[in-house]
Amino acid sequence: MEPIRSVTGRLAPLPMNDIDTDQIIPARYLKVTDKHGLGAACFSDWRYAADGSPKPDFVLNMPQYQGAQILIGGHNFGCGSSREHAPWALMGAGFGAVVSTYFADIFRSNSLKNGLLPVIVDEETHKQLISLAQEDPNTQVHIDLEAQTLTLPDGRAVTFPIDGFSKHCLLNGVDQLGYLLSLDDKASAYEGANSARINTHAMMQG
Amino acid sequence: MFEKVWDQHVVAAGAEDMPAVLYIDLHLVHEVTSPQAFTLLRERGLKVRRPDRTLATMDHSTPTTPRGLDGLIPVTDVQARAQLDFLIKNCEDFDVPLYALGTENQGIVHVIGPEQGLTQPGMTIVCGDSHTSTHGAFGALAFGIGTSEVGHVLATQTLLQYKPKTMAVRVNGRLSPGVTAKDIILAVIARIGVGGGTGYVFEYMGEAIRALSMEGRMTICNMSIEGGARAGMVAPDETTFEYIKGRPHAPKGEDWDRAVEHWRRLPTDDGATFDNEVILDANTLPPMITYGTNPGMGMQITDRVPDPDKLGDVSAKMALDKALTYMGLQPNESLLGKPVDVVFIGSCTNSRISDLREAAKIMKGRKVAEGLRVMVVPGSQRVKAQAEAEGLDRVFREAGAEWREAGCSMCIAMNGDQLAPGQYAVSTSNRNFEGRQGKGGRTFLASPLTAAATAIHGVVTDPRTVVGERELA
Ligand code: SF4
Repeated sequence: MEPIRSVTGRLAPLPMNDIDTDQIIPARYLKVTDKHGLGAACFSDWRYAADGSPKPDFVLNMPQYQGAQILIGGHNFGCGSSREHAPWALMGAGFGAVVSTYFADIFRSNSLKNGLLPVIVDEETHKQLISLAQEDPNTQVHIDLEAQTLTLPDGRAVTFPIDGFSKHCLLNGVDQLGYLLSLDDKASAYEGANSARINTHAMMQG
Repeated sequence: MFEKVWDQHVVAAGAEDMPAVLYIDLHLVHEVTSPQAFTLLRERGLKVRRPDRTLATMDHSTPTTPRGLDGLIPVTDVQARAQLDFLIKNCEDFDVPLYALGTENQGIVHVIGPEQGLTQPGMTIVCGDSHTSTHGAFGALAFGIGTSEVGHVLATQTLLQYKPKTMAVRVNGRLSPGVTAKDIILAVIARIGVGGGTGYVFEYMGEAIRALSMEGRMTICNMSIEGGARAGMVAPDETTFEYIKGRPHAPKGEDWDRAVEHWRRLPTDDGATFDNEVILDANTLPPMITYGTNPGMGMQITDRVPDPDKLGDVSAKMALDKALTYMGLQPNESLLGKPVDVVFIGSCTNSRISDLREAAKIMKGRKVAEGLRVMVVPGSQRVKAQAEAEGLDRVFREAGAEWREAGCSMCIAMNGDQLAPGQYAVSTSNRNFEGRQGKGGRTFLASPLTAAATAIHGVVTDPRTVVGERELA
C-alpha cells in the first residue's frame, strides 16, 4: 500500500445521519470479484434516476462539487453491512477522506485498511464544514495524518482521533497482513498450547 | 463471559495504541466478500493456514428459483455465475470445504454454522458478513469482518482487534402469546437507535432470554449489528447444549463431556459489571414493526407513525422526514390495515425451522390475500428438507405462497428476488434501508407471525387478531 500523509481538497456535503453501506454501494453491484470500477456506482440510488440519468440535485452530480476529495457525512456514517466495497466505492469516486461526527465500527476499520481516512470531528466543526462547503464549494481543507489535524480555511486546526497502529500502517504504507504473518511463531505456539480446546471443535475434513 | 472468551483467544496482547491479536476458531466464507481476499493470497503466494477451521457456502448472489430437470438450480446472471465459479475455484485451490449451491448442506452462512454443530460456545467466529453476530447466541464471540480481514484470517487464522466495551441487555418477564424474539430485538433497537451499540458487545440476559429457544436467541443476536454492536452473546445453558448435541460436527463421546465442562464455565460470574445497561420488560411488549428506513425506526404495531415536527433535534427531524417521504407514509398514520404487495419470510434472522413452523401455524388452512405475493424461503437446504418432512411446504403452497430454494433471497435483492419500485413488503429480514429489498422498495420489518398474518389479510395485521391466543401460545 502507498504511504498516506495528508489529504488536501474540496468538500462535498452529504450531512444526513445514519448513511448506511447499502446507500454507499447497493448490493446489486457486489457481484464483482475485484475492487475496481465501483466508483461509478457509489451512492447509485441517490445519484441516478430510474432511467439512469444523473439527478441534478444530488451533491455528487453538482458541477461545483466535482473533484471534491473529502466527503462530509452525517452521524453514524457507514452503518449496516461489513462490505469493504463501501470504502472501495468511495475511493473509486475520488474521495480520500470522510468527515463525520461518528463512524460505524466495521466501516471505520475497513476504511483504515484501504487508506480512506475516517476523520471524526466535534459537532460544531462538523456544522461549520457543512456551511463552508455549501457557501463556497471551492473551500479547501487540509488533513494532516501525522499531526492528526484538520485545518480549516481560517487556519483553525482541530485534532481527530486515530489509533496508533492504523496511523503507523498508513504513514508507512505497511499492510497489516504483513504484521500478522510476522507473528507466525506466536500463532503456532497458541495452537500448540490450546490444541485440546481447539480440537474439541470437530474437524471439517471430508 | 465476553472477557473469558476474549482472554482465551489472545495470541498477542494489545495495548492502548495496539490491537490485540486474536485466534479465530471458525471462519465462515461466502461468495461476495471473499474473492478479493483469495486473490490477495494468490498474489502473495500464501496458503490458507487452517482449511479445517474454514467453511465456505453460497448464499447471497444465488437464485432461489426452482430446480431444473437436471436437479440443479439454474444461475442465469452472468456476473453471479462468475462469482460462484470463482469461489469454487478458490475452495479447490486452497483446500477449503465448500457447501456448493443446491447441495444438501448449502444455505445462508449464519444458518448452516449452528445447524451443522460447528458453532459452539466459547469459540471465536468470524465471517465477511455483519450478521455473524448470530452465532453469539451460543456464547461464542462472533462478529463480521471486512474483506481485508477475511484475507488476514485465511492466511494467519488470527485477527487484529481492539477490545470492545460490554453492554448488558436485560429482558425481564415473559413474552405474551403472539410476541416473539424478533419483537424483543426490534424493541431494543428502537430504544437505543442504530448507532447506540457502536463499540460494544451486547450480552443478552434475563428471564425472557433464558426462556427462548436457541433459534429465538439467534434471531436476537443476529440483529445486534442493527443496534451498532459488532457482537451479541447469550450465556450457554442446557438449552444450548441440548441444541448442539448430536449435530454432525458436535463433539462426540468423551470430547462431548469435556466440551460441556468447558462450556459450563463460560457464563458471566454473578456480580460482573458492564460498561452500560439497557432494560426491557417482556411482559408488556406487543408485536413490533418498523415504519422507516433503518431498523431503529420501529414502533409497537398498534402505535402511529411519529411526527417529524415533534422532534427537537434538526438532523433527527431531517432523517425522519426523508424516511417518511421514501416510505410514502404520513405522520400519525397507523400501519395496521396498510395494504402491502409482498410478504417475505426468510433471511438469516427468521428462516429456521421454528420460524417456518410459526408462519405455518397462522397460514394453515387459510389463503393468501388476493393479488399478494408471498415468498417463503428456507435458510438452508436442511431446513427445507425438514420443513418438507413436516409438510410445512404444503401448508404454504396450499395457502398460495411460493416455496423456494434456500438462500438470502429478498433480504438483499442481489439474486433476482426483489421488490419493484414503490412496492410495500412486510419482511422478516433485518434491514429496511432504502433499496435494500430492491430499488425503490419499501420494507416493514416484523416477526414471522406478523408476516404470516399480513399474508392472509393483504394488509399489515397484528397476529394476535388472526388466531386465538391458544393457537399462538
Ligand atoms: S440473509 Fe440477508 S442479512 Fe443474512 S447473510 Fe444473507 S443477505 Fe446478509
